[in-house]
Amino acid sequence: MSIEYLGLSEINGPLIAVEGVQDGFYEEMVEFVVEGNQKKLGRIVEINEDKAVIQVFESTDGMSLNNTHTRLTGRPMEIGLSEDILGRTFNGLGEPIDGLGKITPECVKNVNGMPLNPCCREYPRNYIRTGISAIDGLTTLIRGQKLPIFSGNGLPHDQLAAQIVEQASLGEGSQEEFAIVFAAMGVKYDVAEFFRRTFEESGASSHVAMFLNLSNDPVVERLITPKVALTAAEYLAFEKHMHILVILTDMTSFAEAMREVSSLKGEIPSRKGYPGYLYSELATLYERAGIVAGVEGSVTQIPILTMPNDDITHPIPDLTGYITEGQIVLERSLHQKTIYPPIQVLPSLSRLMKDGIGAKFTREDHQDVANQLFSSYARVGEARDLASVIGEDELSQVDKQYLKFGAAFEQEFVAQGPSENRSIQETLDIGWRLLSILPKEELDRIDTKILEKYYVGQKAEASAT
Amino acid sequence: MSTTGKIYGINGPIVTILGNQGFQMSEMVYVGQGRLVGEVIGLSREETTIQVFEETTGLRPGEMVEGAGRAICVTLAPGILTNIFDGIQRPLQSIAKVGGAFIPTGVNVETLDKSKRWETKICVSKGERIYPGTVLAEVPETQAILHKVLTPFDVCGIVTHVVCHGAYTIEEPLVTVALDEGGSRELTMTQQWPIRVPRPVTRRFPAERPLITGQRILDTLFPIAKGGTAAIPGGFGTGKTMTQHQLAKWCDADIIIYIGCGERGNEMTDVLEEFSKLVDPKTGNLLMDRTTLIANTSNMPVAAREASIYTGLTLAEYYRDMGYHVAIMADSTSRWAEALRELSGRLEEMPAEEGFPAYLASRLSAFYERAGYVENLNGTDGSVTIIGAVSPQGGDFSEPVTQNTKRFVRCFLALDKSLAYARHYPAINWLTSYTEYLNDLAPWYRDHVDPNFVYCRNQILNLLTTESRLNEIVKLIGSDVLPDDQKLVLEIARVIRLGFLQQNAFHAEDTFVPLEKQLKMMEIILYLYEKCKSLIEMDMPMALLREDAVFEKIIAIKYDVANKELEKFQEYRKMIDDFYQKIMDANA
Repeated sequence: MSIEYLGLSEINGPLIAVEGVQDGFYEEMVEFVVEGNQKKLGRIVEINEDKAVIQVFESTDGMSLNNTHTRLTGRPMEIGLSEDILGRTFNGLGEPIDGLGKITPECVKNVNGMPLNPCCREYPRNYIRTGISAIDGLTTLIRGQKLPIFSGNGLPHDQLAAQIVEQASLGEGSQEEFAIVFAAMGVKYDVAEFFRRTFEESGASSHVAMFLNLSNDPVVERLITPKVALTAAEYLAFEKHMHILVILTDMTSFAEAMREVSSLKGEIPSRKGYPGYLYSELATLYERAGIVAGVEGSVTQIPILTMPNDDITHPIPDLTGYITEGQIVLERSLHQKTIYPPIQVLPSLSRLMKDGIGAKFTREDHQDVANQLFSSYARVGEARDLASVIGEDELSQVDKQYLKFGAAFEQEFVAQGPSENRSIQETLDIGWRLLSILPKEELDRIDTKILEKYYVGQKAEASAT
Repeated sequence: MSTTGKIYGINGPIVTILGNQGFQMSEMVYVGQGRLVGEVIGLSREETTIQVFEETTGLRPGEMVEGAGRAICVTLAPGILTNIFDGIQRPLQSIAKVGGAFIPTGVNVETLDKSKRWETKICVSKGERIYPGTVLAEVPETQAILHKVLTPFDVCGIVTHVVCHGAYTIEEPLVTVALDEGGSRELTMTQQWPIRVPRPVTRRFPAERPLITGQRILDTLFPIAKGGTAAIPGGFGTGKTMTQHQLAKWCDADIIIYIGCGERGNEMTDVLEEFSKLVDPKTGNLLMDRTTLIANTSNMPVAAREASIYTGLTLAEYYRDMGYHVAIMADSTSRWAEALRELSGRLEEMPAEEGFPAYLASRLSAFYERAGYVENLNGTDGSVTIIGAVSPQGGDFSEPVTQNTKRFVRCFLALDKSLAYARHYPAINWLTSYTEYLNDLAPWYRDHVDPNFVYCRNQILNLLTTESRLNEIVKLIGSDVLPDDQKLVLEIARVIRLGFLQQNAFHAEDTFVPLEKQLKMMEIILYLYEKCKSLIEMDMPMALLREDAVFEKIIAIKYDVANKELEKFQEYRKMIDDFYQKIMDANA
């Protein structure tokens, strides 16, 4: 039973209004046939009795009020899935674009997903070693976490994400199945190509499913891309019991696309013109990370977003920070000092870290070392401010030691090679070596017993120099 | 016959029906074939507007809407505690049994277990006169809490029949009553109450007893009263949720209602897991035995997020009516305000500041005014304390939710980004936070802790304020040029910040500190200050004083002196005396 409607009543950018629709439902998928041959897909975003407003996932060029046939599919947006999606490349709607033909679906899933019941979740505790000191040591990534990278244009977030993927997936020779779902929303061709090449070079490409909506692809398609990718991730994780790392880039383009469509729909804007439901929309994406109790497999998300004008209070990073379990913040001034990765540790945070580290997981001194590094590095900022007013020579002895510690922290702890893979022991030992620059009395965040055991003090520093 | 109508339009969680079908404002409705739960939020001759508490994907125009004839209610009966509900009081554990790990739409489950038989002790006898709120029966709901079955507020009359003590389900009649207005009625353990209507009380008392939390910065510097209101605003990552968790764990309320409103799923799982393991130090029972969780995570439907706050409040008021002290943790009220904004936008209402609806302030004030220390209709005393987290956009406290909240709460605990960056937890900024309860609570502290308590507290706050003034100078010219007495203030303030204000939630002893130890800690720090001050007055240089490890030892008291070994403070006092004497001997 599929009625075709001939003609449209209005076209406004990617939004189309059709009248006389019978039995359409909210978020139903719609097929258009233009001029009898060209097929396009759309989705009902608002329906009032028989008048439906439909979002078209492709360009509306060539459509006229007369030449288009509309057919309701009777289904919400769905995607066919099987294990064969690994190693394949799709467009933003989940259609293969690598020329290898269609996949034979084992099951069909609604891309909107359903909220995971909080009492069926398992609290994430397993830490993922990324081999990057600033992350492992200070903002530990936990399996099942959503930990975004807050970046800016021109900062090496792609390189960092690729390094995390490479080192996290191929470490330790573990037996568990590991795969990557990569979703690109409105990114440049070069970026998508960079990731593809990196996956290929590291030999991971047979474990990657890529969903690409490039910056010249239709804007509306961008709204559905992360949902398609996450549906695939959930399928692989909870039905095929794999550990999935999802990279979503760039969330800013996703939010921009939402604003564009919202304003076309004539909705009332809230902050900076973004629709009032931006928080809810972002949350339905980010909350799809996690572990289901009693089920092998997990979805870990690393969304990447570029902060407009490097402003962390902009609605997109702001709302993201309230939903995700921490953030890794990249800073331009560190990048300009040629420090890679330019992670500014102070605003960076991993909320799940507290339960995934310590004697049972990493090392007993991990939490204390992390707290002390944070606290001491915060003090470095104060010392630098003071030095810029009164000059370095006038600083007290302790403040001078802090300056020295600060520089060493950035150069030795934060900075590392793009393929340098540090063990957690190395990371913590570097931490102790740096803390030894400071007098013991200044280390007030460390339990006395642990301080006695690990503090190497001036002699180590003397032998190092 | 209930009111019905046909769906005309659907826009996200908002559904409209053409014309006036006779629905009432705030009436609960069942929408569509899936019988999704909704609520009437707007009526005009032209159309009826409904907000739906579930996902509306798949809903078609023309499907039926059926009125329930009553407002959205919560079901009140034994079985509420230890449970985890969504925003409209559907138990998530039962939903998981029916729908699996993911929450499907239109799922129909019983709010409370109707088959469970509760051991019941009947408290009224035949011929007795009962009034609204009279305790009909007592049911041990958990190890910790005795549930009192109350007479519904519309019942007044004479008991004509009671059942014997024994085990009953929540639906079996316990008492039959001849009503004053004529007729008779069978009363069970269950009653319904609309979530948006405050439950009535006889009168309100002033807030004169503190809610003891075991968190030093709260109990001493910024105490909250039982029946009071507090807001905890802070940007992301400043530790709102951690502070709320600490309060939920250790505060001395009888019952905790924890509302996770638009927050993270993993956090709710964390609370659920942790509270099921942790033991209340005061009673030895599991913390979960006194706790109810309302979890409407950020990816659950937005209208239910709006309702979750009221659901939690009504449950709290119900336990208050039994004579308990209830504390509500609402995390976070900003998500609730944003739900209002989102729905308001969908209704195309005229936005006020930052897109929030103009009625934001009145909704917030109505919410916080439901707190209070009261005399209940049945003569018992109880209280509802509301502690709401606020997540200001961009961490900027000048935004509408924080500003309006500030108008209606009496205790404001501002979390500070720079403290959080330095991992100073709890990251409550002592300069921007305030409490209006101090004067109300001072007599209690005088009578129940020590006459000296408030004096010490003021001294500590003074030192901290002086420190911040001195820091302005230090920022410009460095600390070396300050005179020694000011250097001493900086040093003592450091001791206060590290040794007193910073509290480690993960340390077995430090996570909860009784008031007696808090007082002793303040006294010993002030004693140190006094002694050092007299040394400085005798022209001893600060650099000399600083050489001694006494400052570090005082800072470490929080770890080194267990909560039960308060007599150890004598040794510290002696240590300070020795230090004083040593300096005097060497230099005088």
